[in-house]
Amino acid sequence: MYPHDAATDLQRRLAALSSPVKLVFFTQTFGCDTCLPARQAADRIAALSERVTVEEHNLVLDRDEVGEYGVEWAPALAVVGAKDAGMRYYGVPEGYEIESLVEAIEIAGGGGPTLSDDSLDALDTLERNVHLRVFVTPT
Amino acid sequence: MTASVIEATSFPDLAQRYRVTGVPKTVVDDRVEIMGAPAEDEFVAQVLQAGT
Repeated sequence: MYPHDAATDLQRRLAALSSPVKLVFFTQTFGCDTCLPARQAADRIAALSERVTVEEHNLVLDRDEVGEYGVEWAPALAVVGAKDAGMRYYGVPEGYEIESLVEAIEIAGGGGPTLSDDSLDALDTLERNVHLRVFVTPT
Repeated sequence: MTASVIEATSFPDLAQRYRVTGVPKTVVDDRVEIMGAPAEDEFVAQVLQAGT
């Protein structure tokens, strides 16, 4: 459970989503100590809003979904709104990293933080997809 | 552009493979490494460098 104030803030932000967001969770049965806590963290966020749902797949068994979402490891969350913008979270979203995941949910849901017009124009010049891997630790 | 956040304590092997000695660390296309959280324009410049 979140502290009451934090839950209220998250509920308010998730209620503002203009489109539903699906957290596509990938687990694996063996050798994944963090899969259960990651699923529980996703469930806690989804419990705050009817607009956020969790769908679970198995990294080893569900090869179609692994290919569809391009997931490499477990535990993984694909944050998918009206379209899949390619946002993934690997590991357990806890501590300050809950904020990263909630911002990803807000972006997928049609809102959230954005970049300046100058940055967006510059990134529009990219001629191919680039992939960012952002390493973090929970604090 | 696509992006993955990787919680390093859950993936110590990846943290080692990508030589993560501090966080946040961003690796663009497995080529360009961005340490810390630079200003937005600097971050975008480094992403563009990796993507061209």
